[in-house]
Amino acid sequence: MSKLMSAKTKEILLGPLAKNNPITVQVLGICSALAVTAKLEPALVMGISVTIIVAFSNVIISLLRNTIPNRIRIIVQLVVVAALVTIVSEFLKAFAYDVSVQLSVYIGLIITNCILMGRLEAFAMSNGPWESFIDGLGNGFGYAWILVVVAFFRELLGSGTLFGYQVVPQALYDAGYSNNGLMILPPMALILVACIIWVHRAKDKELQE
Amino acid sequence: MSNKLRKLVDKIKPNFQPGGKLEKLHSVFDGFETFLFVPNTTASKKGAHIRDAIDSKRTMIVVVMALLPALLFGMYNVGYQHYLAIGQDAGFWSTFVYGLLAVLPIIIVSYGVGLGIEFIAAQIRGSEIHEGFLVTGMLIPMIVPVDTPLWMIAIATAFAVIFAKEVFGGTGMNIFNVALVTRAFLFFAYPSHMSGNTVWVRTGTTFGLGGGTPVDSYTGATVLGELATASSDNIQVVDVVGNPIGFWDGFLGLIPGSIGETSTLAILLGAALILFTGVASWKVMLSVFTGGALMAFVFNSFGPDTAVAHFPWYNHLVYGGFAFGAVFMATDPVTSARTELGKWIFGFMIGAFAIIIRVLNPGYPEGMMLAILFMNIFAPLIDYYVVNANIKKRLKRATKKA
Repeated sequence: MSKLMSAKTKEILLGPLAKNNPITVQVLGICSALAVTAKLEPALVMGISVTIIVAFSNVIISLLRNTIPNRIRIIVQLVVVAALVTIVSEFLKAFAYDVSVQLSVYIGLIITNCILMGRLEAFAMSNGPWESFIDGLGNGFGYAWILVVVAFFRELLGSGTLFGYQVVPQALYDAGYSNNGLMILPPMALILVACIIWVHRAKDKELQE
Repeated sequence: MSNKLRKLVDKIKPNFQPGGKLEKLHSVFDGFETFLFVPNTTASKKGAHIRDAIDSKRTMIVVVMALLPALLFGMYNVGYQHYLAIGQDAGFWSTFVYGLLAVLPIIIVSYGVGLGIEFIAAQIRGSEIHEGFLVTGMLIPMIVPVDTPLWMIAIATAFAVIFAKEVFGGTGMNIFNVALVTRAFLFFAYPSHMSGNTVWVRTGTTFGLGGGTPVDSYTGATVLGELATASSDNIQVVDVVGNPIGFWDGFLGLIPGSIGETSTLAILLGAALILFTGVASWKVMLSVFTGGALMAFVFNSFGPDTAVAHFPWYNHLVYGGFAFGAVFMATDPVTSARTELGKWIFGFMIGAFAIIIRVLNPGYPEGMMLAILFMNIFAPLIDYYVVNANIKKRLKRATKKA
């Protein structure tokens, strides 16, 4: 166990959660962060899907890394990612149809998510399968928690619900409160991500330029 | 009077200077002192600056004074529309007081929230308080419907001041016109409170004043709203009780609309003041009107067969927020183009885009807000190309002679 969770692997796992976060620090995967975060449920499913796909494609590419000819490595990476995306997509259609309808094309578009190609190129091509798996999990979680936080505020303020359950009491609406329609629109997701980056940088002096 | 005030300010001043009891509030004190009195120096001591008694606080106050005719008229109009809708004749003063009481809370909320954030931001930065909100705080109440809930104005103002101004570095650094960002926030966040037929005329009571049932022929739509929802391609626009109205009604401004935008006459009075004092650029103003008139004329001649495309071009200029935007929003020296040629292009495009949005997008009966915000983005680009074109031209001239 000590070999499995050395200080280095711990860093690989926990680094992407904060200091090296794919969304707030590397600013990757923004497009899907804007598109799927209007509600918590699709955001959570999206986060889990991306985590699974990054982790396993990292493992597969890491196992293959010594046999892939350098000139066609992008194509090999794409094939692996595409296969995993298709599996996840079919799985969601079978077991969580409503969510997969809400996510529509964005599950398929995980293949174009920069986090994936970034991790495959930057990490899996030059590290062993276990570290690559940890790295995939770390980056997936780093992506997922930002999505969930953004979706939490967007759903709460934009629809007055959380996971589809009414949270804002009816009495407040009767008193003249209205849901904020701007929260449902993608620009607000960008502003919320910016706020997270703002807080993050204010706390972590290392990130300040 | 002002001498006594000066003495009082001098007396409490030591409290706010380093080592004083209220040292932490020095920027608040500084803000009030420079608001009351022109500081001894308005330019830095080094370098070649023109020194005179005008600083940005004085400039801002000129703009606020220029807004007063439109604001006072807007207050009267709020009362006028109310009593017209419920079919009563209340006399001049109760009409005005009704409007005053309806508008005053909005002004207080706008200034309270905006200045509060400015003061906090100044404290955090340790800098002096920026004066930009003096004008913004007055503009916000004038560009919203009278029935906008106060808490919405508070949220929108806070959003705009923080995200459109403070994050860019405060007054003078913003890309977008802050008052228009406030309105855009309201427009997209709470569309049902910012458009439609029920928000422009208050039919309920205000602090116990007025109130009643609207007359049978009542319709609360603005003229542009009527046009956008018109079923035929040629309709007669009407006021809130169904009387037909034309160019001069729009020019005078006794029509439903946002609080300060209705009267082109009152706006032009303000325009005269800011043009005379040189605060605003006549080039921007003129080119907005030119752009709008030309574009509307094009739609009149070749446009689609809709009521709003057939709306005469001169009417486009006096209805809705066109005149207000042209005079007080487009000319904002921070967010407009700064080169002289750039001002012409900037203004012309605003006018043209406003009419394009009005005519071609039935979802947005009024296009002025979006047109100005849109061109705000392009202002630096326009300047960049104007400056570069000039450099190229002069380079060519210089190399030819050599």
